[in-house]
Amino acid sequence: MEPKELERVARQIRLRDVQAVFEAGAGHVGGEMSAIDIMTALYFRVLRVWPDDPKNPARDRFVLSKGHTACALYVTLAKRGFIPEDEISTFLQPNSRLNGHPNCNKVPGVETNTGPLGHGLPVAVGMAKAAKLSGADYHTYVMTGDGEMQEGSNWEAIMAGAQFGLDNLTLIIDHNRFQQGAALSDTNDIAPLRPKLEAFGWDVSEINGNEMGEVVPALEHRSDRPHCIVAHTNKGHGISFMQDKVDWHHKVPSKEQYDIAVRELSEAL
Amino acid sequence: MNAPVSAPKLYDCRDAFAETIEMLAANDARVVAVCNDSVGSSKLGGFKAKFPERLINVGIAEQNMVGVGAGLANGGQLPFVCGASCFLTGRALEQIKADLAYSNANVKLVGISSGMAYGELGPTHHSIEDFAWTRVLPNLPVIAPCDRIETAAAVKWAAEYAGPCFLRLSRVGVPDLLPEGHVFELGKANLLRDGTDLTLIANGTLTHRMVKAADILAARGIKARVLNMATVRPIDEAAIVAAATQTGAILTAEEHSIYGGLGSAIAEVVVEQAPVPMKRLGVPGVFAHTGPAEWLLDEFGMAPHAIAEAAEALIKRK
Ligand SMILES: Cc1ncc(C[n+]2csc(CCOP(=O)(O)OP(=O)(O)O)c2C)c(N)n1
Ligand SMILES: [Mg+2]
Repeated sequence: MEPKELERVARQIRLRDVQAVFEAGAGHVGGEMSAIDIMTALYFRVLRVWPDDPKNPARDRFVLSKGHTACALYVTLAKRGFIPEDEISTFLQPNSRLNGHPNCNKVPGVETNTGPLGHGLPVAVGMAKAAKLSGADYHTYVMTGDGEMQEGSNWEAIMAGAQFGLDNLTLIIDHNRFQQGAALSDTNDIAPLRPKLEAFGWDVSEINGNEMGEVVPALEHRSDRPHCIVAHTNKGHGISFMQDKVDWHHKVPSKEQYDIAVRELSEAL
Repeated sequence: MNAPVSAPKLYDCRDAFAETIEMLAANDARVVAVCNDSVGSSKLGGFKAKFPERLINVGIAEQNMVGVGAGLANGGQLPFVCGASCFLTGRALEQIKADLAYSNANVKLVGISSGMAYGELGPTHHSIEDFAWTRVLPNLPVIAPCDRIETAAAVKWAAEYAGPCFLRLSRVGVPDLLPEGHVFELGKANLLRDGTDLTLIANGTLTHRMVKAADILAARGIKARVLNMATVRPIDEAAIVAAATQTGAILTAEEHSIYGGLGSAIAEVVVEQAPVPMKRLGVPGVFAHTGPAEWLLDEFGMAPHAIAEAAEALIKRK
């Protein structure tokens, strides 16, 4: 799929996502909006995956380490055919398999269970190392939040990835500059990320993560080392009143706000 | 002392925690709060406004948070280390063991939204293992208050107590059960209702459900003793042995796995000192399905009427 077409799909995913959060009365809409362009590019262009054969050993791996944005993953997986699209309406409902954090034993396409931050990258290092051991040629992608990078486990994994020479691993940091309760810069400012990753031996790209024309080549980039994409994004991207407002980590839009969001996202379609 | 039969107003115990720590901080310059990007969920907004320089937010880094807490205590501060109970205890367990319990650091751990308070967020966010993980550690009192009054009392107690402890709080609303002015005593159960046919023992969000179950049983002519047992370690052996010998059966309920929690701690005492029939209610060793907290408690057989039925079945085994 070409970038223009991917942009259209991303807007459809945004729309379905905000609707699901509104109807469920809970969710993490800000971090979903920032990450959706990257997830769309992955599932509709970059990843070699088979929705009707989700466990195919040759599949590329994607780990959503920022598991609180599960709803965006569910909507993307549904649109790509891993789960029925009408199942999204069960998000967070009693006994639904779509709970607030993704479950790999229930939802096809999910590789590992996330939710506690700082878990996805170590697991992704293991996936990439396994491919080295077996000679498999799948590529492993993992997306973390920027606040999430405050967890020390990530830096242990970053060292391991470099030591193991994992040129089959791409870490995407969704650098939306906000965490749960405040801006990163007011909490534990880990920016700038590039020099830190470079010092740890990674190849680093910096892109606008809400600009498909930059997202696609960065995801397709290959190197002789593990690759980190520092994706500069906007928390709440695509919905004017959410953009870059700390409140929208897990706030739920009112009816009026929801209508505005739907209007803005539909206009762009 | 008997609990009020119906106390319709429900309180989020985090508010009692927040009010109390702010009051303590106003009188004691050593009181600091340490958190992991959890100012809102730990209800530390008021504390932050009043004592900005004493609110230490380490970011999303629980192991660091507990270690920093130990260092603050070493330097003479009185840290309350606050975070979602699942991450606080699960992620930082070795820091809790080595830096706090073993080192005897004067750090107060405050686990927020424990049990299944984060219902729909799923098992990663449920903290139904934390009694088991923490009560095995020497030198770490483990306390789950049942209402806002006991929460405030336990926070005050913790500030005075010399050494580490773990306060396990919820966010799910609970009615008042203990009298205003109640003083917390470590390792001492509270008799909420006396009875002779069996004893119901719970803590945290389950105590009020036990009281309601006792009402249902009373209507059926069964006299249930109800104990609130906030302290899981050190456990109140005397109250357990008295319950066993005087009422002949013990039913426990907890917002925790039935493996390793309050029921297990009570069973250890019962088996060794006063064997009687027992039944433990809780999460039966599974990862919970999606659903809200109170709904999950009902699903796992802890609705008051289901507790009453379990009690009747237990009495038949006497
Ligand atoms: C270990 C752990 N600690 C705390 C949390 C609670 N939590 C959920 S999301 C979040 C903020 C995440 O910020 P960031 O990584 O920047 O995500 P994004 O902005 O993309 O939503 C926090 C603190 C958690 N899920 N896991
Ligand atoms: Mg962020």
